[in-house]
Amino acid sequence: MQAETVIEVRGLTNRFGANVVHEDLSLDVMRGEVLGVVGASGSGKSVLLRSIVGLMTPSAGQITMLGTDVLGASAADRAAASVRTGVMFQDGALFSALTVRENVAAPMRERLGVDAKTRASLADLRISMVGLPPEAGDLFPAALSGGMRKRAGLARALSLDPEILFLDEPTAGLDPISASAFDTLLNSLRKALGLTVFLVTHDLDTLQATCDRVAVLARRRVLVTGTMAQMRAVDDPWVQSYFNGPRAHVALDVAGG
Amino acid sequence: MAETTTLAKSTLALSGPVTLATLGAVRARLDKAAADAAVDVSAVTRLDTAGAWLLSATGRRVEGGDEAQRLLIRTVGDAMPSAVKVEPRGLGQRAGDVLAGVGMAVGGFLAATAQSLGFLGVVMARLAATLARPRRLRLTALVHHMQDVGLNAVPIVALMGFLIGVVLAFQGAAQLRQFGAEVFVVDLIAVSILRELGILLTAIIVAGRSASAFTAAIGSMKMREEIDAMRVLGLDPIELLVLPRLLALVIMLPILGMVANLSGLFGGGLMAWIELGISPSQFRTQLLADVDAAQALVGLSKAPVFAAIIALVGCQQGLLVEGDAESLGMRTSRAVVIAIFLVIVVDALFSVFFAVWGV
Repeated sequence: MQAETVIEVRGLTNRFGANVVHEDLSLDVMRGEVLGVVGASGSGKSVLLRSIVGLMTPSAGQITMLGTDVLGASAADRAAASVRTGVMFQDGALFSALTVRENVAAPMRERLGVDAKTRASLADLRISMVGLPPEAGDLFPAALSGGMRKRAGLARALSLDPEILFLDEPTAGLDPISASAFDTLLNSLRKALGLTVFLVTHDLDTLQATCDRVAVLARRRVLVTGTMAQMRAVDDPWVQSYFNGPRAHVALDVAGG
Repeated sequence: MAETTTLAKSTLALSGPVTLATLGAVRARLDKAAADAAVDVSAVTRLDTAGAWLLSATGRRVEGGDEAQRLLIRTVGDAMPSAVKVEPRGLGQRAGDVLAGVGMAVGGFLAATAQSLGFLGVVMARLAATLARPRRLRLTALVHHMQDVGLNAVPIVALMGFLIGVVLAFQGAAQLRQFGAEVFVVDLIAVSILRELGILLTAIIVAGRSASAFTAAIGSMKMREEIDAMRVLGLDPIELLVLPRLLALVIMLPILGMVANLSGLFGGGLMAWIELGISPSQFRTQLLADVDAAQALVGLSKAPVFAAIIALVGCQQGLLVEGDAESLGMRTSRAVVIAIFLVIVVDALFSVFFAVWGV
């Protein structure tokens, strides 16, 4: 694994009133890896993601992404860094007034001066790369199923060839066949595009199929990081019940056997 | 920028980044090269999906490059959409389309009117059922909405009434002074505010304030499937959401109209005192002598009708919201426009009615 750190979180604290979500949390993401972030519901996985991409300002701490200090940088520097990242939200968060093709082309239109024809062709290419049929480009998001919306959201996140891809629960709400197709898609895109992936998920199958490393969020910090195999040996009741629970056995046994 | 050099006659060597940012320069270089020339990407420092797409789209043979670049070009090549173009759906392209558009607009208007009448009927039926069994009425919701649409609107309605009174006194004084009939400014203010302006302008302010709030609140419930949840639980959205809002507005709008009337008379009286020297006691004597309570009752008798229009339009537009955010905004603005329009139309009908009736 390469040594270059692309995301560095140090001493992150997030507080909502009296409710402390993160306290002195530190986390590193290396270039080219797929890092899965797991934790109980309410352990602050989405808050961590939102802090890193700059959607919310943490109470304290330091976040460096691709060499840019996310919290201290000027708006222009932050915008330059966000061009190099892509975020896929839980339900796609597609713009409802635009067709899928316009959605995928929107970042190119806003950020770079590319002519309309090239933009449309590149959007069609992305739509095809994430496994949507060509006709999907003309549809409005309201006409898409949940799985198609997620794929369209992924196509938009990939629109600017990001170095880091943030995925928030990409397989939640998908049937097992679509979910495993998504895992395969993620693996092939990551290999072809050389992506670094920050993956927030509850899905043990996805963790097993795609992640190089897993970070466990518990008790307001990153409790432990390591490979899936290492996770099963961690001596902590929560980690034990997560990775050695009845659901975990199926995922790991199938993958192992 | 991408620098390109032609090594041999049949090979085009690209160097530097071949990315979305340098797409134009690379494409110009490719276009100039011989049609059968292969492309050598050994010296390319950075290749992204857009660059790989360009190389694949030209159909040229690609040589060199490291494993990651070859993999990217292969992946993009596999994903290239087929040459079969999906025909874009055109609108307004044929001669008859304008005619069809007119027909659809008329049909849409008739359908929407019928739908509104149907909604009115359903609400009336639910209201009758609730009145038959008054314990079903949600008292907490009713009081909550009464505070929201009534009490919280008092400051803005009072300020509006006061300013209308001031303006009427000021403008009326300038005209009446020419005839030495300054004292009739009291009649002018009292009749116009009590009969027409007080309640009409209150209804317009409430339409802007509450019709939009009803549509937005019910519409966002519709978007988050809360209305569907009520239906499958056997709860009636009309009884739970529409009736409390309707009753609250019907109760509160006459009171708001009264507030507007009083503050209008106060503003008019104040201005008459300052501008024309009509003392408060003189104002009171003139008011009681010339203007009877019927004037105020005529005005306030319109309030419940205006209230019903505003509440029904706001709630119905809210229930018509569909899944996306755009329809919520469209319905909200439509609710305000329709509510104000209908209030003014009904006010005109009231004027005709009262004139014929001789009130």
